[in-house]
Amino acid sequence: MANFSTNEFRPGLKVMLDGDPCSILENDYVKPGKGQAFNRVKLRNLKTARVLEKTFKSGESLEAADVMDTDMQYLYNDGDFWCFMEPDTFEQHQATENAVGDALQWLSEQDMCVVTLYNGAPLSVTPPNHVELAIVETDPGLRGDTAQGGSKPAKLSTGAVVKVPLFLDEGDVIRVDTRTGEYQGRATSK
Amino acid sequence: MNDWQPGTGLDSLRQRGRVLCELRSFFQQRNVLEVDVPVLATTSVTDCNIDSIATLPVTSGESAGYLQTSPEYFMKRLLAAGSGDIYCLGKAFRHGEAGSRHNPEFTLLEWYRCGWDEHQLMAELGELISGLIPRVRIEKHSYANLFIEHLELDPHQAELSSLQQLAVKYGSDAWSNENRANCLDLLFSLVIEPQLADGLVLVYDYPACQAALAKCYSDPRDRRVSRRFEAFLNRVELANGYVELTDGQEQASRFNADQQARKVAGKPPMDVDQNLLAALNSGLPECSGVALGVDRLLMQIEGAASLDQVMPFSWSRC
Repeated sequence: MANFSTNEFRPGLKVMLDGDPCSILENDYVKPGKGQAFNRVKLRNLKTARVLEKTFKSGESLEAADVMDTDMQYLYNDGDFWCFMEPDTFEQHQATENAVGDALQWLSEQDMCVVTLYNGAPLSVTPPNHVELAIVETDPGLRGDTAQGGSKPAKLSTGAVVKVPLFLDEGDVIRVDTRTGEYQGRATSK
Repeated sequence: MNDWQPGTGLDSLRQRGRVLCELRSFFQQRNVLEVDVPVLATTSVTDCNIDSIATLPVTSGESAGYLQTSPEYFMKRLLAAGSGDIYCLGKAFRHGEAGSRHNPEFTLLEWYRCGWDEHQLMAELGELISGLIPRVRIEKHSYANLFIEHLELDPHQAELSSLQQLAVKYGSDAWSNENRANCLDLLFSLVIEPQLADGLVLVYDYPACQAALAKCYSDPRDRRVSRRFEAFLNRVELANGYVELTDGQEQASRFNADQQARKVAGKPPMDVDQNLLAALNSGLPECSGVALGVDRLLMQIEGAASLDQVMPFSWSRC
């Protein structure tokens, strides 16, 4: 793979650091008075999702990481693996539970999502920013209480639990922001 | 696309105009002469950490020209010619320096006071800043005291190996074999600078290994230090000053050391400015000088987060 020097570090660039693929978040050029320049770099470890800060001498370089974000369709879970398909080539990829991670609680079969491939294998899965899911379990709805703004937990068809307004019932389909896990409203169509 | 538009609003544009005007009137009232020196010359600095931007041969058949990284050498030639106190408010250029606090072309204010020491010059710098930022808080510390306070280590006497260990701790393994000056710079930037107080912080008695063009002396505790100071405004490095080295021979040997360091670092060689050495040998008056980044000053006056917000056209818009 190619190498990238500190002056090529841009947000979004994928590089290898201590054996793990990382995505660069920020790169700040620092140069003290008459001194040697260096770079303060914030990176996200794509395996652990942890954000770390590293200092590099200006001109140091890192190896590019073979990381690619690919749109794929979620097909099914066979018990051990989650299966995704590239819609153009029909090529299928098996993702481990570790790779699917938190995305698991939002994915319904047939949904499109972004699968990050590292050396050709799924490293992580990013669900769509918004999903529409049915409530499968919640306390009975309280009609006429719409103005009060109270909330209650509701379990969705994929297993996720979100806070919803009191008036909703089992069977209702709602829209959720997967980045925050927050209820957005009733689904308009499904 | 709105890329043709400046990075600054009209308020910021007017602020810059006003500050440039006030800087000039500050020196006019004090009888310091404004000088207008070249930004293009046949040589430039030899400093290993400052790279000049080279141009095509300036007239046919010559070697390349260089955009000047500061007006220092020309100003010293004027001082040696008997100019007396002078200041220059103009552009300087540095290759490869781009970021939120750096731009390859920037506005630099540099001035020299004959017969003054660094403490007199720091006091004048304080007056200049107080005029622009009323009631600004001013603190003054020696470089050693800041290291002792924040890192519990005497920067002048510590073993190189302990500096390298700390640099590896706060920086990375890349510093495990680094020289003294570079380890100290990293620690100052990463550990001390973020903890400096609001307002103007003046730091003096820099390590001898970072003397650049400053005189050296033995401090009251008999540690070899340089008569160099720096100023930080709200933790942003603003100005760098020296009691100027007047000894031509010492200057020549520092230039030679620079050239060795450039070789080791794999940087292109830079000819020594013989005119500057000749000026020193003919007699540079005892003086102190300081250079101040005007764009960074404007950043602090306006509370801006990056130079782009106070420069009409930073490099990304040029």
